[in-house]
Amino acid sequence: MPNYKLEINEKTYEVVAEEGTSLLWVIREHLGLTGTKYGCGIAQCGACTIHVDNVPMRACVLQVENFSDGQKIKTIEGLAENSDHPLQKAWIEAQAPQCGYCQSGQIMQAAALLNENPNPSRDEIKSKMNGILCRCGTYLRIIKAIEIAASNEIKAKG
Amino acid sequence: MKELKSGFSRRDFLKSTGGVALFVGVSGILPQLVSCSSPEKIKEVLAKHPITAWVKLTENGDITIFNPASEMGQGSMTSLPLLFAEEMDADWSKVSVEFSPQESEIYGSPGWSPGSKLMFTVGSRTTNSYYMTMRQAGAQARYVLLASVSKKWNVPISELSTSKSIVIHENSNRQIEYGEIVSFLQMPENLPDFAEDKLKNPKDFEWVGKKINRTDIPDKVNGKAKFSIDIRLPDMVYGVIERGNVHGSKPTLLNETQVLASRGVLKLISLEYGIGIVASSIEDALAAKKILSIDWSDSKASGHNSQEIYSEYEKIASSSKQGQVLEEKGNVKQAKKIASKTYQADFKNDYIYHAQMEPLNAVVKISEDLSAADVWVGSQQGFDTKLGVPAILGIDPKKVTVHLQYLGGGFGRRSMNDFVEECATLAKEMAPLPVKLIWTREDDLTYGAYRPLSLQRIEANTDQDGNVSGFSHLVVGDGGNLVASGTNNSHYNIPNQFVEWREASNGIRLKHWRSVGHGPNKFAIECMLDEIAHDQGKDPIQFRKSLLSNSPRALATLEKVEQISNWNTPSESGRAKGVAFVEHGSLGSGVCEISLNRESGKISVHNFWVALDAGVIVHPDNVKAQMEGGIMMGISSALKEQITIVDGKVQQSNFHDYQLLRMEDIPDQIETELIASDMHPEGVGETATPMVACAIANAFLALTGKKLRHLPFTPERVLEALKS
Repeated sequence: MPNYKLEINEKTYEVVAEEGTSLLWVIREHLGLTGTKYGCGIAQCGACTIHVDNVPMRACVLQVENFSDGQKIKTIEGLAENSDHPLQKAWIEAQAPQCGYCQSGQIMQAAALLNENPNPSRDEIKSKMNGILCRCGTYLRIIKAIEIAASNEIKAKG
Repeated sequence: MKELKSGFSRRDFLKSTGGVALFVGVSGILPQLVSCSSPEKIKEVLAKHPITAWVKLTENGDITIFNPASEMGQGSMTSLPLLFAEEMDADWSKVSVEFSPQESEIYGSPGWSPGSKLMFTVGSRTTNSYYMTMRQAGAQARYVLLASVSKKWNVPISELSTSKSIVIHENSNRQIEYGEIVSFLQMPENLPDFAEDKLKNPKDFEWVGKKINRTDIPDKVNGKAKFSIDIRLPDMVYGVIERGNVHGSKPTLLNETQVLASRGVLKLISLEYGIGIVASSIEDALAAKKILSIDWSDSKASGHNSQEIYSEYEKIASSSKQGQVLEEKGNVKQAKKIASKTYQADFKNDYIYHAQMEPLNAVVKISEDLSAADVWVGSQQGFDTKLGVPAILGIDPKKVTVHLQYLGGGFGRRSMNDFVEECATLAKEMAPLPVKLIWTREDDLTYGAYRPLSLQRIEANTDQDGNVSGFSHLVVGDGGNLVASGTNNSHYNIPNQFVEWREASNGIRLKHWRSVGHGPNKFAIECMLDEIAHDQGKDPIQFRKSLLSNSPRALATLEKVEQISNWNTPSESGRAKGVAFVEHGSLGSGVCEISLNRESGKISVHNFWVALDAGVIVHPDNVKAQMEGGIMMGISSALKEQITIVDGKVQQSNFHDYQLLRMEDIPDQIETELIASDMHPEGVGETATPMVACAIANAFLALTGKKLRHLPFTPERVLEALKS
């Protein structure tokens, strides 16, 4: 079986997997980074959202062989060293999660959104977050958390 | 003396050093104190006494409280330990929470039926069932601390008080922290039972009812929270199962040799309704699943067409053959005879699917000699605390240890053990290798266990004054209480009532779905009330007020929601409001405001207001979260969700064709008002969801004068209603 080098959360991982293996299974089952979740396998729910070179992507539909050329992959575990990303703090402040299963994907998608647009409108938030499902219905608190994080960051930067 | 169940020796806290495990017994059993640094001593004590362990206290004052209920997002990981900490007078900032062992004789609640002890997180019953248990155990823990200090300082217990993990003796101006007591902690000779009047008065609660952060949230924002799908064990192998797309059909595998030769495949295991594949990796298991060639038998579901079955149900409803009478009050026939007006309508609802975000899965490891099993699972628990595994192996339940994990959503689906039993069946063949069984989303959806399709025929009568004098509710559908729950109208002052269930069975797998029959039944009841009010030209809230005149608590929720929704101020043009009342343990009234795209048939919900009376509110922010989530799930199911079946085959397979509510379609706000009460807490998880469909349909009636009587309100059905 082929051997791949993956750059994940600023660490290099070596993994042996068949060509065509979903990056999601590699991240979760081969490497044990289980914060990224399996939800649908067809990029419809967004629970597996990760960043590849800072772009949010659905890991379930990516194939491992296309991501071993030095692309920088980031998962929820690598979002902030002490889990103190402004979004993570805001998520706690808003008491957003219920079951929590979709929240890694939500936070990763939101982090990409704020990178691109530090002060999104409510409609922009809804449109950019629309691909991530939450069955518990925490959407309003997710929006609140994103707004808290955005406003805290703007304040911090003066 | 009862024998102690297994599993204790594996408890995490026994591995820790330092501190004392304080085992506080319920049912009058004396508490035990055992040094945590002496696991042998703990085992010895546990072997002698069927005791209950709720808390661990260490010398530095750290407190660990055990939660006996599942955590599927509803907040038990906070609310139950909070009750314990409240009566213990613990400093909440020093409390951490762990799942208790899954041992119902020790951690079960009598809340399901007196005398029984069940661990069962269903029916929104957790806080209601454990309210006294957790408080009494907490008060006993506090008493043990007080008794020890009393002895040490040689002062009467009555002179001691506590606050935030400190025992205080005001007369001598001394105080001591709970952690410092550990070194001289002693068991008192007697431990009071702490009947309700010996517990804190709710108005003196320090933590209960206040703004408290959930204990499970920090790990849910950094990927550390463990769901069973996240479990990885040494030598673990992976299982998948191909099940028929007609429920109950039996497989004949046509290409066994080919599948066995597929990369990584270790074993094929035939089940009655599926073919199991165990492989060395999940990708290999899934690849092999794709090449299976299976001949499927017919089953009871063959030939079932979900959208055509309603005409059959209508015939059943109209036939003279009576079903099971569920409720009879007064005489509806007489009421009809003397009625000045009779209203009749059929309300329908299609199958819907749980769609919990974590697909079903479990990890099971069985010992080589098949005499013991370890199970890692997110489960809502059940009558069998060991989730059906002992029967599969033919072993004593004591030999099965269930390691409960967080649930990535439950909504009723995880109160069924099919997936755990399947995993045990595969693991038995692979022993001693641990097996992780994963249902793909397609498996989870197509072999789901749905909320049943049903027909509700309502017949209501009004007298010469326009009062509702008779109300007859006939449910046609499969699954008994699955379709019949929520037909009760005891809060409404209607003198003659009749409820009947007529069975129609189609071989489709069914299960409790958040709020169960309350969804379709409240839809039918609340819509009928609005249809009558509309016909009489009355305001729907004023109309309900007279119906609730004998139910002051229910009436108060209606009056409150009238106020917070500005009911009497007309909506802006193109919008309208609708109301509904629901009882599901707690009492709630909801108002929604909608608009309608008359070209596309799309309904938008802009605002939702809820007023709730749930008795004592243990964790208000979480109750609000449950209202928000319950309403979102209600909107999703009322506007979008639909499972259809053609010739027994489920037509949807994943989230591309089974649509859930997404962020672009949520309301702008959901406002919840909690009504203060000192009554025993009632469940809150399922009160909001059933409000939604009826409130939307009632708003639609107000907006258009047209009736929506078939769930979900797809754009096609909305356009059809507009044309009617």
